[in-house]
This record gives sequence, C-alpha cells and structure tokens, in this order.
Amino acid sequence: MSIEIRNITKTFAGYTALDSVNLTVASGDLVALLGPSGCGKTTLLRIIAGLEAPDSGSIILENRDTTNLSPKEKNVGFVFQHYALFRRLTVFENVAFGLRVLPARHRPSRSEIRDRVEHLLKLVQMEWALNRYPEQLSGGQRQRVALARALAVKPRVLLLDEPFSALDAKVRQELRRWLRKLHDEIHVTSIFVTHDQEEALELADRIVVINKGKIEQEGSPQQVYDHPANAFVYNFLGNVNVFHGRLTNGVVNLGAQTSNGEHPQKGETTGKAFVRPHEIGISRIRSNESDIAGTILEIRLMGGQIGLSVASEGFEHPIEAEIPRELFRNLQLERGTGVFITFNNIRIFSGDYEI
Amino acid sequence: MTPAPRTPGRGDSPKIRIALISLTYLFFAAFVFLPLALVFAQAFQKGWQYYRESITEPFALEALKLTLLTTAIVVPLNAFFGMSAAWAVTKFHFKGKTVLKTLLDLPFAVSPVIAGLIFVLLLGSRTPLGSWLGERGITIIFSTPGIIIATLFVTFPFVARELIPLMEAQGREEEEAALTLGAGGWQIVRKITLPNIRWGLLYGMILCAARSIGEFGAVSVVSGHIRGLTNTIPLHVEILYSEYNYTASFAVSSILVFLALLTVILKGSMEKAYLKTNPQSAKNHEH
Amino acid sequence: MSRFQKLPRHILPGFGLSMGYAVFYLSAIVIVPLSTIFLNTLQMDAETFFSAVSAPRVLASYRLSMTTAFFAALFDALAGMLTAWVLVRYRFPGRKLLDSLVDLPFALPTAVAGICFATLYAPGGWLGVFFEKWNLPVINTPSGIVIALVFIGFPFVVRTIQPVLEELEPEVEESAYSLGANRWQTFRKILFPHLLPALLTGTTLAFARSLGEYGSVIFIAGNLPMKTEIAPLMIMSKLDQFDYAGASAVALVLLAMSFGMLLVLNSIQSWQQKEIR
Repeated sequence: MSIEIRNITKTFAGYTALDSVNLTVASGDLVALLGPSGCGKTTLLRIIAGLEAPDSGSIILENRDTTNLSPKEKNVGFVFQHYALFRRLTVFENVAFGLRVLPARHRPSRSEIRDRVEHLLKLVQMEWALNRYPEQLSGGQRQRVALARALAVKPRVLLLDEPFSALDAKVRQELRRWLRKLHDEIHVTSIFVTHDQEEALELADRIVVINKGKIEQEGSPQQVYDHPANAFVYNFLGNVNVFHGRLTNGVVNLGAQTSNGEHPQKGETTGKAFVRPHEIGISRIRSNESDIAGTILEIRLMGGQIGLSVASEGFEHPIEAEIPRELFRNLQLERGTGVFITFNNIRIFSGDYEI
Repeated sequence: MTPAPRTPGRGDSPKIRIALISLTYLFFAAFVFLPLALVFAQAFQKGWQYYRESITEPFALEALKLTLLTTAIVVPLNAFFGMSAAWAVTKFHFKGKTVLKTLLDLPFAVSPVIAGLIFVLLLGSRTPLGSWLGERGITIIFSTPGIIIATLFVTFPFVARELIPLMEAQGREEEEAALTLGAGGWQIVRKITLPNIRWGLLYGMILCAARSIGEFGAVSVVSGHIRGLTNTIPLHVEILYSEYNYTASFAVSSILVFLALLTVILKGSMEKAYLKTNPQSAKNHEH
Repeated sequence: MSRFQKLPRHILPGFGLSMGYAVFYLSAIVIVPLSTIFLNTLQMDAETFFSAVSAPRVLASYRLSMTTAFFAALFDALAGMLTAWVLVRYRFPGRKLLDSLVDLPFALPTAVAGICFATLYAPGGWLGVFFEKWNLPVINTPSGIVIALVFIGFPFVVRTIQPVLEELEPEVEESAYSLGANRWQTFRKILFPHLLPALLTGTTLAFARSLGEYGSVIFIAGNLPMKTEIAPLMIMSKLDQFDYAGASAVALVLLAMSFGMLLVLNSIQSWQQKEIR
C-alpha cells in the first residue's frame, strides 16, 4: 500500500505546522519522520490517519483520495505515543475491539476473533497477558499490546507516533529491534514519528527529515547520514563542531586545514564549517604540517568512546572530539596533555541556517 | 507520585497537635454533632409510636412521593445534559468554550429564592406564557411541573461539573484510538467513554439527587404549599415546624438526615474508586 | 477551495448533537428563565425601580445579608483552614469520620439545618441555655443568622484548601527548616502564601453562597422587619404580596452582587494560575 502526500498545509491559530508538504512512501517501506519537537511531524502523521484535517492538500492511499474520509473509514492502524489503551478493557478485549465494532455482516465469528487475537498477541509476545488490564503492564508491554490492537483490523498502513519515547533506554533498544523484525515479517507499509536520530537510522528503510513544517531531506539512512542536504540535517543527525571560517572559492580554511572543496560557491565570504567529533584525529606527535596544536581540557567517559574537549589557539570554543577507548589508552592522555588535531572531514553548507 | 511514607504532622509539637485537633472537634461538636443528635432526640421525644405515625401519615407520604418523583425526573435529565455538555466541551475545540463553561456554573451563583422567582416570572398564571398554557389547562407554577423545573435549575450544574474536569484529564486519545479502529460514535461512547467516567457520573448524580431531595428555597417559591399536592418533604418539615409540631417535624427531618448521611458515606467510599479513574499523568500531544 | 469546505471540522463524532443539545437545554433551563428578571425590571421606569430597591426595609435587608455573609465567611475561613490543616496533617481517631462529615452541609437539606439551629439556640435549647445565662441572645438576631451561614459555608473552604495542602511537597517545608526557619516562620512565609489563593477562593464561594441562602436562615432569624430580614426573604415577601416587579428589582440587585462575586472569583483563579506558572 503506497502513500502519497500532496501539498499538505496545516496551520494552528496562526502558526504553520505544515507548509505544503509532498511525500511519497513506497509500499512495504518502514519510514521515519524525523525532526525536533514542534516541527510538524506528529501533525503530518495525524493528518494521514484522519485524526486531523489539513487546511489544504490531499492524502492518497493506493491511488484513492482519502483526504476527507474519517479515521473510521480509512482503515489505518495508529499507535499512540502514550499507548491510549482502553483502561477499562482487558488486553484481549483491547485487541479484539476493532473486530467487535465491525458491522454484523463483516464481523468475524467469536471463535475467529479469539483465534486472531491470540495469534496477534503471540506475535507481539504478549499471549500470557490475555486477561490483564493495561495498568498491570509495563510501558513496553503496553506498547506491544497497542501494536497488536492496531494490527488486528488488518490496516492498510501502520502509523506510529513516537512509539518508544515514553520508554526507558534499554526497553527502547529492545523494542526497536523487535519492531524491525516484526516489520520484516508482516511487511505492512509503516510510518513512525521520532525525534531520535539513532532510532531513525537504526530502524527505518527511509528517513524523512522535517523542520519547521517543511521536509529538509528524504532518503535512505545511509544517504541522509553521509550526504546531508543542508546544515540542519547534518546537525540534527549527530553531534557536530561548528566553526566560523573564511570561504575562498568554496574552500574553507580552519587553522591550516582546508575542506575537501566540494562547495560550489565562488568568491570570498565567511562561512560555517561542520566537523563530526568522531571524524577528528588525535595524536601526540605532529604528523602533518597542517595539524592543529591543542591542549586537553576535559575527558568524558561515553560508553565505548571517550569524549575530549580540546582547547586550541585560534578557535573560540573548545573542539569536541570522540576517540575509541583503545586509542585513548595507547595515547595516555590526561587533562592538560598537548595533542595534535586533524580534521578528517570538513563540511560546509551555504544558506542562512543558524545553529 | 506516590506519597512518601512520612508522618504528615511533621514538625508540629504534640501540644500544638492536640490543641488543634481538640479545637476541630469542638467546632464539629457545635456545628455538626449537636445538630445531628438534636434531630434524633427531638424526633423520638414522644416515643417510637409517635415517630412512626409522623412519618407514615398520608401527608408525609404524599410529600415523600412528590420528592421521589421530582428526583426521579430531575436526575436523569441533568445527567444526560451533563454528559452532552461534557462531551462537547472536552472532546472538541471551539470558540466560546470558556463562556459556555461559566454559564454551566451559573445556577450555583443564584439564590434559591431567585431560582424560584424566575420561573414564577416566566410561567406564572399572570405571565403571557403562563396564561397561554393556562388556557390549555396546563398549570406549572403552584403545581408539580413547577417544582420539577425549579429543581432542574438548582441541580443543573452538578453532573457536568464532575464530568468536565475528569474527561479533560482523561484526554481524547482513547476515543481517537477507538475511531482509528473503526468504531462509530455511539460505540465509542458506550464502550470507551462511559466505562471511563462511570464513577464521576455516579458521583455527580448522587450530588444531584441529594440536592433535589433537599431543595427548599426554590421549591418553596413555586410550590404554593398545597398540602398533599405540592408539598415536598422539606416543605412538609417547614409546615410542621411552623405549626409548632416540633416532634413530627424532626421525625420527618430524620429521614432527610439519614439520606444526607448516606450521601456523605457513599461519597467518601466512592472517592477511592473515583480517584482510580484519573490517569496518573496528563497526556499532551504535539502539534 | 471547495475541498477545504468539505473537510470535517471535528474529527470525533457527535459535536453537533452534543453541543446543540447542551446549548438548547442550557437556554431552556437557565438563560431564558434568568432573563425574565432583566426583562421584568426593564419594564419598570427608573423611579419605581429605585424606590423599590432603596426602600429602607430593602436596604436594611441588603446590609444584613452582606454583613452576616461577610462575618460568616470570615469565620469559615478560620474554621475551614483549621479543619483542612488537621485533616491533612494529623492522624487521629475519628479523622475519616470528620473528613466525610465535612460534606454534610452540602447534603443536608437547608430547612433541616434551619430548624436544628433554631431549636439548639432557642431559649431553653441545648445551647440556648448557655447563651441565655451569658445574656447573649442568638435567636432572632444577626448572630443567629451568622451561625446558620457558618454551617452552610465551611465545606467550601475546607474542600478548596484540602487538595492544595495535600499536594504540597514536604521538600518545600523541609528546605525551609534546613535554612533555619522555625515552624511559625515556615507557615507564615512559605505555607500561607501558597494556600492563600485557595483560601480566598473558598471564602469567596462561602460568601457567595451565604448571600443567597434562605432555608437555613429563616428559622433562626425570626424575620423581624428592619432587623433580621435577609434579602432573599424580602423577595419572598414581595412575591407573597404579588408584587412581581418589586421582587424582580430586589432580585436583580442580589443577582448583581452574586455575579460580582463570580467575577472576583475568576480574577482570583487567574491570579492563582499565574502563581502556578
């Protein structure tokens, strides 16, 4: 089931949540709508589901205009951020709900409903909780029931609104992998909203980066991460150092280092250059003329990586770098140690994007 | 948030504690316990036999019947209204919502006597509407319909007032979820909303019933005090009292006191169940 | 543009039905009947209106209603604060009982409360004997009215303060102690300002309710002209004389006072919300 979003615009009391958004989602894909909070991604999801009416534009599901259909007629599965399980119904009744409310002539028989619900609960590994009430379940368990409930009506499209944001880190990790596996099994076209770039990169087939009601970039995780379309995307997809530098014919000079020169702008201007912390080389000895000398200000343990803040002459703010623990140990770094820095990958973006 | 298992009277010296508790008991003694005790002391002053006769004499029974009839009509009407108003106010955004919510509380700010007066002014036999109805043989003021309408006014806000904050706290998500699963309007109300608000609804209805049984001022204005016809229990109490038949008056009052105590106890025990229907955390979704 | 118009404004069903019914019912039961007061007074000329509402007996009744409601509300503020404090902060035998009984004035018919207090304070009554001895007449005096109104109003104060006091985090007070404040300073500087909006709300509610109260007052008041006639009783006696215009005029002024109280209440509440932010 493909989804086509055409020129969707939506304003709330004067502020524009979505500004003529166009997007096509291929059948069977798992797509992430990624953006900061308030960027309009949830609104877009709710419009696709029919829970919000757009000011203009249309939503086409499999060549059929469904813009004016109510959510009841759309046959879209929706998973809410806070689960929205029916608190007065058991897990079984929650999942069976969508089948029970079908008109009599379409409604499956009691035993069919039971089979279907049990099958779904097995799929989400919740078959043991049949007669529990939502309040007796943990957040992750509730979210799985919510997913089973949405799948029970055999939706043409599955929409998930920040499905893991209310869960703690470990459960989130687990559920993420599990959802990916589930999607590979059932292959229903799915869109999920998230503000967590890691989640989007790990889970999605395609990522749509949204900012201030507009799509900034769309592509596979690899594309979006390796070839960000603009400074916003680059910045949003991970930690980044921002430097003000001099642009000469599309080449920026940072200290003695220059960018790879892929920027088309000609002439002499000032610009911003971006360097990811893990794309910074650190060594104790100068190996290159262009290396920048600095002093370690701060050392932070970050799981497998070590974060370093390095002060250097000519740079207003400390440079943030991340190196593997192994390297850190070999170099025997301490606060105050003098080091040499190499930028392995400098990026420049034009435009007035401010960080 | 779970309350920390700390002693709530933290820091207060036992002396202050005992003094304040005694003062509260003293206040309750003067304003609650003594009046309650008085009702029963007076009611049984002339013995059990007299008590029984006072509450089973025909006029008392007629008054009881009228009171029950009024309550039986008023409570469902106001409950149904309360649910529609709460649904409209809490499930949708529209202009003028604040105005509507203020108007819902209006009857609380109106003196019961004025509540009666407005219906005399609207439907009394000297008014255009009242005389038009009168020509068709319908009298409202100084008759049962008047009592019912005045009681409707006085008890108007109770159910809506309970439901609106409750449904606001519960949010819209469950209804939206039901909608995406294909449920229709009535299915959503019946299967999702009603079970979620049942305690609040019941609670509002109990308050509404208590007030409609006990309403005095408004009913007094519109009833005309016709014994055996337009006398409710509270009015009957007044008549007996003004005839210096104190014992009978308190005997009938004791029924009302009993009902009031029942209401208060029901309310207390329901609060536990009622609190459970409130979600632990308010939900917001991003636009 | 045509598509724009077709779009449903509300996603959940039933807006038209529930809103329509609510507005219809509200109009039929509340708005239209209440407007009769205004329509009736509009029909009077200014002179008749002013002579009706400024007759000495009427003025005396307004004054009485205002002052008794004021003193009752003041007493309610103290008693309500005390009760709420004791119920929330202390554990003692009978606490649950007292907590339930706070609502009794809401549930007890006003007429019953009225005859109770009239009998209690009557000469020779359970409490009347003491007041007789001390030569402090209660029955047929404004103080009797205040007693009845205290009963009617005090649950409003308790029930508005109680939740605020319950939600108050112990850390707030504890940090005050850790900074060296004593019990009384903490109450005055930390707790009281925090409770003040709720206290004002509750007291205003009690005051507004007392202004219009009828059933519990008339038995103990004795209803002596110029002395113990409350404003609602004036309306009642004008009605008994079929002076509908006069009754409406007196009622209009009383309504204006009550609505004024509502306005005060709204501004207290918006102030309270600002405080929270």
